[in-house]
Amino acid sequence: MTVIIDYGVGNLFSLLCSFKKIGADVTVSSDPEVIKSAKRIILPGVGAFEDAAKKLFSSGLAEILMERAAAGVPIMGICLGMQLLFEKSFEYGEHKGLGLLEGEILPFKEAISKDLEIPQIGWNSLKIKDKNCPLFKYIKDGDYVYFVHSYYAPNNLPSSAATSDYDIVFTAAVAQNNIYGCQFHPEKSGDVGLDILRGFCELGEA
Amino acid sequence: MITKRIVPCLDVKNGRVVKGTNFLGLADVDSPVKLAKYYSDIGADELVFYDITASAEGRALFTDILREVASNVFIPLTVGGGINTLDDFARVLSCGADKVSVNSGAIKNPDLVRDAARLYGDQCVVLSADIKRVNGEFRVFAKGGREDTGMEAISWIKRCVEMGAGEVVVNSIDTDGVKKGFDLEMLRAVKDAVKVPIVASGGAGGMQDFVRLWKEIPEISAGLAASIFHFGEVAIPDLKKTLKENGINVRL
Repeated sequence: MTVIIDYGVGNLFSLLCSFKKIGADVTVSSDPEVIKSAKRIILPGVGAFEDAAKKLFSSGLAEILMERAAAGVPIMGICLGMQLLFEKSFEYGEHKGLGLLEGEILPFKEAISKDLEIPQIGWNSLKIKDKNCPLFKYIKDGDYVYFVHSYYAPNNLPSSAATSDYDIVFTAAVAQNNIYGCQFHPEKSGDVGLDILRGFCELGEA
Repeated sequence: MITKRIVPCLDVKNGRVVKGTNFLGLADVDSPVKLAKYYSDIGADELVFYDITASAEGRALFTDILREVASNVFIPLTVGGGINTLDDFARVLSCGADKVSVNSGAIKNPDLVRDAARLYGDQCVVLSADIKRVNGEFRVFAKGGREDTGMEAISWIKRCVEMGAGEVVVNSIDTDGVKKGFDLEMLRAVKDAVKVPIVASGGAGGMQDFVRLWKEIPEISAGLAASIFHFGEVAIPDLKKTLKENGINVRL
């Protein structure tokens, strides 16, 4: 079963619906036992990094996630959930993340042209770096996905599997060993998004 | 490169999609769920659902429909109409809305914008402004365009963006339903005043109106329309193809 972690950040209705749509065996849970028994784990997230990180660490879920990551369970972070996989973020100060991936989350504000709106809201195209990444099994280079974010993971990270361009090139998706993530919202990216989730849900199947 | 968004707007009353001209003369179009699925399949980038029901029964029916749409359609959904409190935000967000649009509710209580942005993030709060020229100034109207608030529109929009509105829908009452093009003068004035994504609404009659919008004001993020899409006067795939041919970046 795929378990979407509920740690009180954002609304998980659409995410749950999107997994159901592709026929996945899925549940939303905050129960450590359910999460420990998951075949795959989704770390969602909308809102501020500091608040979300605090909730993950204080609830003990961070520890479980790190233990499951070490055990080789496929984990995918979505949007802020992807950012939380990294070492730290500079969103309103400096805050520690899970550190499952090497790198830091930076503000668009200091990197892009003043003429562009922040947050980036809308459909942007993917440039796939790692063609063998399971997330991209059913999609192609140049496909569009839906982004809503003001902070980004830079392009030059070891885990960067796809990039997108918003005045600067940034990391749109990550993949490293059993750790995956999307800066965009696959559950809001039409058929392309559903195909990315389908690719992830095949991980860990015989 | 980020793309320009094409956004059909669905006004929902008693479980059906309706659209008036100059906010009057409502006509039935189709089932919201069917229409939403159709639009998603043909390449709409986002959908706006506007609840124009007044009764409690109608509200409950609306959230049922919203839940059904969100279970079947996987593109961003913005919901507006009757959003007056944080409870209203919670009600539609829990049924699958991604963004919530406030209009009269923010006019009655501007703190709603700030409180909702703090709770759900700026990206979740859309200010929808119905604007009409009165004595040579842009004036904000409330209650579906029926009531002049006396407030100057540009300063109102600035104030809401400062409080946390992450996107602004500019609906020109002067051009709405007239089908002679978007209100470029009004849109330019808003664009010069705020730095958040702006959605143009009111006045599109054909594909060339969208081309002109983005040729004249490339900073506008999205174009919204209702009847021309619902009645098939403009087909979204044709529109996107035409925009692309004119050098405007869209998702194909």
